[in-house]
Amino acid sequence: MRCFASWLRTHNALNNMNIIGSLIKKEAIHIVRDRRTMIVTLFIPLVLLLLFGFAISTEVNNVRVVVVTDRHTDTSRAVSQALAVNSYFSFMGMAPEAMVEPLLKEGKIDAALILRHDGASMPHQVIVDASNPSVAQAAVAYINSVVSPQVSTAPAIITRTLYNPQMKSSYNFVPGIMGMIFILICAIMTSVSIVREKETGTMDLLLVSPVRPGAVIVGKLVPYFLLSCVILAVMLTMAYTVLGIPLSGSVVSVVGVSLLYIVLSLSIGLMVSAMVDTQVSALIISAMLFLVPVIMLSGMIFPVDNMPVALQGVSCIIPARWYISAMRKLMIQQIPVTEVATEVGVMVLMTVVLLGVQLRKFSSKK
Amino acid sequence: MNGNDTAISVNELTKKFGEFTAVDHITFSVRKGEIFGFLGANGAGKTTAMRMLCGLSYPTSGSGTVAGFDIASQGEQIKRRIGYMSQKFSLYGDLTVEQNLRLFSTIYGLSDAEIKSRMAAVMEELDMSGMARSRVKSLPVGWRQKLAFAAATIHNPDIVFLDEPTGGVDPVTRRRFWELIYRASSRGMTVFVTTHYLDEAEYCNRISIMVDGRIAALDSPAALKQKFHAETMDAVFRIVAQDAQRSE
Amino acid sequence: MTPVVDVRGVTKNYGTLRALDGVSFSVAPGEMFGLIGPDGAGKSTLYRLLATLLVPDTGSLTVLGLDTVKDYRALRSRIGYMPERFSLYPDLTIAENLNFFASIFGVDVKQNYDLIAPIFSQLAKFPDRPAGKLSGGMKQKLALSCALIHRPPLLLLDEPTTGVDAVSRNEFWDMLASLRDYGITIMVSTSYMDEATRCDRIAMIDHGRILRTDTPAGLVAGLDENLYNAAAPDMFRLLEALRRLPDVADCYTFGATLHVVAAPGFNPAAALARLKEMGVEGATIYPAQGVIEDLFIKLTRNER
Repeated sequence: MRCFASWLRTHNALNNMNIIGSLIKKEAIHIVRDRRTMIVTLFIPLVLLLLFGFAISTEVNNVRVVVVTDRHTDTSRAVSQALAVNSYFSFMGMAPEAMVEPLLKEGKIDAALILRHDGASMPHQVIVDASNPSVAQAAVAYINSVVSPQVSTAPAIITRTLYNPQMKSSYNFVPGIMGMIFILICAIMTSVSIVREKETGTMDLLLVSPVRPGAVIVGKLVPYFLLSCVILAVMLTMAYTVLGIPLSGSVVSVVGVSLLYIVLSLSIGLMVSAMVDTQVSALIISAMLFLVPVIMLSGMIFPVDNMPVALQGVSCIIPARWYISAMRKLMIQQIPVTEVATEVGVMVLMTVVLLGVQLRKFSSKK
Repeated sequence: MNGNDTAISVNELTKKFGEFTAVDHITFSVRKGEIFGFLGANGAGKTTAMRMLCGLSYPTSGSGTVAGFDIASQGEQIKRRIGYMSQKFSLYGDLTVEQNLRLFSTIYGLSDAEIKSRMAAVMEELDMSGMARSRVKSLPVGWRQKLAFAAATIHNPDIVFLDEPTGGVDPVTRRRFWELIYRASSRGMTVFVTTHYLDEAEYCNRISIMVDGRIAALDSPAALKQKFHAETMDAVFRIVAQDAQRSE
Repeated sequence: MTPVVDVRGVTKNYGTLRALDGVSFSVAPGEMFGLIGPDGAGKSTLYRLLATLLVPDTGSLTVLGLDTVKDYRALRSRIGYMPERFSLYPDLTIAENLNFFASIFGVDVKQNYDLIAPIFSQLAKFPDRPAGKLSGGMKQKLALSCALIHRPPLLLLDEPTTGVDAVSRNEFWDMLASLRDYGITIMVSTSYMDEATRCDRIAMIDHGRILRTDTPAGLVAGLDENLYNAAAPDMFRLLEALRRLPDVADCYTFGATLHVVAAPGFNPAAALARLKEMGVEGATIYPAQGVIEDLFIKLTRNER
């Protein structure tokens, strides 16, 4: 008894806090006590960022290339030099023209650059192994960019890559991963935690108390909002430091749009929790209705423009599509926030409709 | 005591979880055809003991046989000779009466011919022939309970374990269920049953009351009442279990 | 005296299922009112209606003078509700649970500690234990403490003793009896008929209908007239034999004996003679005292 009395004194602060405060505190305890889930939630974003940033990459490294020339000139020497020092290439040396095809066939090289002397009847030529088209495409583009400055008779088409001059694939993935993570944290965790209270019956106790249904919802949303903010900070820091994505100038708008997307994801979680009564179905619905389409249709992996028109239409109702599109513009193209007005507008509309409907639904009685 | 008429026999059976001794050197035996009531306060170790008898959990020490098989080494043989029914899980609500019985027959490894004859016999006996195609969840609780018992005993087991089979059920249905138990017992099936309803304890041939992992009392209801100078089993239980040190 | 709970003609359907069918009763201030009936009788639906979580299809419920539909906001801070399942946060400690419920009701634990002290004192020894790690009886005490922390004038307890052993059940009823001394009106439901005798008045409910409402003594009055105990070494044979006698209206197991509901003209001596003819040895028949369970069986027998 004495033990309890002293405990009361030290914890009296809780009693003085307002109701929402104690709802938030309670939810925070749930999150912190569930160690495994919390660790997974904090680590998944990091692991995904590193995985897509480094290990899984669609960019082309170490293109093995030989140079063929019928006459050694300053140009051929300069080009060879440029290829040798460029990290995207492994310069395999000079080779006679007749050897090019056997070398390609045996897979010893990926590309050959044939330099003709000035008076030759044929222009310079790039021969490339196109069994992997994306590698071939990239290789051609790289070689062009290396050769062009060195060769006086420049090729008819000059390719220039903008925004992502090195065509780093991690740049493309970062917005996609962010789009996915926030759905994961906000929608799935929020819906599961609300439905868990339905399952255990504590939701009934909260509703029978003087707490307003709106306060119950706010108490649920705020902790997951804060958790998401932490994750956003971690991801942006990682993107800037480890992956070298330049955030200069756009960081305010990146954060702003991300916060909007987090709120939108939270309202999706609310919607799911209103639809189902068990934690398992909350998990399945969130995953099937939101996570899978986010990965498949949002443009995270498969560009939206390459999809059949019908799927492009479907992708419009996927919140992540708009977020990822906005993030690409803001983080990578570094264009002003006014240029993503459409995306932001769509997301604001979705959030208002979802939150409005859910708040009303939650307050109504059966 | 390991004669031919013994269905269950355990000797100094013990189960520890780390420092905690859930079941503490219990010794008892159950005759074939006996209705054996297994009572105890919440957390006294009933469930743990029952899991060991069903071959679901290894004893830390001690030994025992169920239907003539060793509980530590012959769990698989035991599972084929026993039936199990609990209040919490017993039937698949989305399946029909027939589908449930067929499923349990298959699980217990009956042959096609056996399945056919046993199912016909059970439907006849329970007077459920008209309901073969009804979904189980649409049936009244009394019918569901009878069916769950039939499913647990479809393979004619030597022993049937009933874990609180009548919780929350109305008095009339509860009594009908006990009549099923009597009938099974009169045919030689051993019934091992737990319950929170102490009037039901009176229906058992013998009762054991577990307290803090040990068997604190074991005898026929009449003998227990005499021993503790009590009018009802409820009073006996309160006298025996009131000194319990732990709960769960 | 205005009743604390006044239920009039309440009907509630879930789709095609009629959970409550024209239920009416009232509970007086300070009364301990029992609601007894099996699972699925409609007890929990009635509790959810009283706790303002559901709206009735027809009829009205007035609790503490407030309408459960119109005045639900005002009502919510004045009732203590303990749902059927254990409804506290298992990952929160005992103290955290209690404080949480105190704070959402806007009260201070210390202020109302006197009320819960007798119940809570055993738990106060280990305030930092998570609620999920407590035994059935302890969980129940914590849930009751949380339901009482804002000093509600009315307690709604939905099957508080289900799945709890006889000793803890007994203790729980003692605690309820002590709460009555504080003038708290208690409505408690149970499927254990024997517990109901500890209430001031009882409503028996089955299939969504109130079968009868009365004091425990009033309910069983008159049951004894045609009720007998019967016993024999082979109880099952005795049961089957008695059921075949024409002047036995009903016969069922009842603890150590059988209860025989006699039809007019039943004579114990004659019945014993008939039993002997039927091969039942050593039978005895003597008058029995009817209890609530007998009444329940009598009232529901015909429907099943």
